Amino acid sequence: MLRHVDLSLRGGEMVAIVGPNGAGKSTLLRLLSADLRPSRGTVTLKGRNIDAWSPADLAMQRAMLSQHVSVSFPFTVEEIVRMGSGNRPLSSVQRLIDEAIAEVGLDAFRHRELPTMSGGEQQRAHFARILVQLACGETARGPGLLMLDEPTSSLDLKHQIALVETSKQRARNGTAVIAVLHDLNLAIRFADRIIVMCDGAIAAEGTPQETITSDVLRRVFHIDVAVAQSEDGMPYLLPQAMRAVAAATARVAD
Amino acid sequence: MSLADIKPAAFIRTKGHVRRPPASLVVSGLILFLLIATMLAATVGAAGIPLSRLPAAFGFTAPGAGDALHARDQLILWSIRLPRIAVAAMIGGILGAAGAIMQGLFRNPLADPALVGVSSGGAFAAAGAIVIIDSCYAEHIHFLMPVLLPLAAFLGSLLTTVILYRIATRSGRTSIAIFLLAGLAIAAIANAGIGLIVFIADDRQLRDITFWLLGSLSGATWSKATTIVPIFVLASIAMIFIHRGLDVLILGESEAFHSGVDVERLKRICIVIISAMTGVAVSVCGVVGFVGIVVPHLLRLMIGPGHRLLLPSSIMLGAIMLVGADTLARTIVAPAEMPIGILTAAVGAPVFLLILLRQRGLVGL
Repeated sequence: MLRHVDLSLRGGEMVAIVGPNGAGKSTLLRLLSADLRPSRGTVTLKGRNIDAWSPADLAMQRAMLSQHVSVSFPFTVEEIVRMGSGNRPLSSVQRLIDEAIAEVGLDAFRHRELPTMSGGEQQRAHFARILVQLACGETARGPGLLMLDEPTSSLDLKHQIALVETSKQRARNGTAVIAVLHDLNLAIRFADRIIVMCDGAIAAEGTPQETITSDVLRRVFHIDVAVAQSEDGMPYLLPQAMRAVAAATARVAD
Repeated sequence: MSLADIKPAAFIRTKGHVRRPPASLVVSGLILFLLIATMLAATVGAAGIPLSRLPAAFGFTAPGAGDALHARDQLILWSIRLPRIAVAAMIGGILGAAGAIMQGLFRNPLADPALVGVSSGGAFAAAGAIVIIDSCYAEHIHFLMPVLLPLAAFLGSLLTTVILYRIATRSGRTSIAIFLLAGLAIAAIANAGIGLIVFIADDRQLRDITFWLLGSLSGATWSKATTIVPIFVLASIAMIFIHRGLDVLILGESEAFHSGVDVERLKRICIVIISAMTGVAVSVCGVVGFVGIVVPHLLRLMIGPGHRLLLPSSIMLGAIMLVGADTLARTIVAPAEMPIGILTAAVGAPVFLLILLRQRGLVGL
């Protein structure tokens, strides 16, 4: 699946992984979280091979939000969020749970059963669960790693921004954040460093200015997009422009 | 005070919002019901012991003057009723909890050891053990039967659970449809095996085997009760260690792993205790279905799906239900007895259909 991937993460850094479908983004994240084992090569966490960590120890170091978590039993938001705290007594984690629920804006949904909620609301509940897990681990072991696999896929614009802000705030406290993102504009706003993946390899790596260029997008996504610059010097892509270009390319092909 | 002034009870649902009742209330309520069921079961039967004579029969109070029936009461209570109640309560608890654990393991409210062939696998192994042991080593190891039967049933259940898990789970995800269909096929195979054993068994062996096919508590004795105790205690202790893992496992195997659960170990423990519980239940009272479906389902509606409270409550409600069902089984056609499996199926199968109708989305409809 993946070839020649060499990647390291530092505390306090925000990294986005972008790339076309099937490029190996989620696979990379699952390798980093020890969910998958590499057939060749190694993954190390804090200098120690990831296989040497027990699941419980790993959970104290990194928290991972997966895509599409489906819950078939009627757990409430509060019960789901509490799962992030492991088997710590409720009294010691109640404050963390309350804060996380407030942070994702689900205060009014606290006692709602998850299967009755929309996809985006469920995703926010799981994000709160991950925040609790991260906070519990960081209290005990110092700054950890926050891993997000397409965290914004079913969120509305307001909550996408809120999620980015929350992640940034964690990074300011020393947490390393790595996220698979599809929305390139969001990735530009989100990340200090962007990793562009294509066919299981890293096609480009660097700051948003270095990686989100027409050249890279043509090579990786096979589309012609004019990359504009916003006032603060960051690149941005216009969806309309993307559509127009795509239509123009199609006409030329005819 | 008008009706509108009455606040809904703390745990009543309002627009999808639920409040769970406090654990202490749930547990004390269930204990109360279990006591009532036990009292009822002790007094009712072919030879009734009226409530007024019950304390004396227990030995709490001296028998009333000229109470000629006292000796009879004591005999019936201590050698017939109480062992039967003890066996019914423990088997009911085991069946209820085995259902709850299996549903957690397979992330599926429709899982039940009897429904998906795990009980049949156990019964097949037990029936096979009766015939093989009886035919080959009848005299030498017959005294070991009380141990060998549960052991054979456990191994049969273990094998079927492992096969079922292998078939229904692929890269950490479980397909509910495949699970139920595979269970159906496994049950059919096990039942065919039981049929074959019935066919080759001689008359005496046949009598022993028929007992499994009906599912009955009529053979309950203190010695059978003591066979169940170790499994009952071990399973109850194991539940303390697996309840959190089962909660997170509902989110999927990857999520459970990310949350710090040793998923492989959790699965192994669950499969072994489901098999041990089903095996001992089958070896004592045959295949009694649907308790494992009805009990956890009712409890989830009342107390939610969290396993910390669900597992012990399932033991208690399972006990209440089987003690009640057994009392009914031995009174409605008295002095004859109705096989208890008929009663549990009559109540359980409609509940199963109800869950299926409510959760059609789960199986892709």
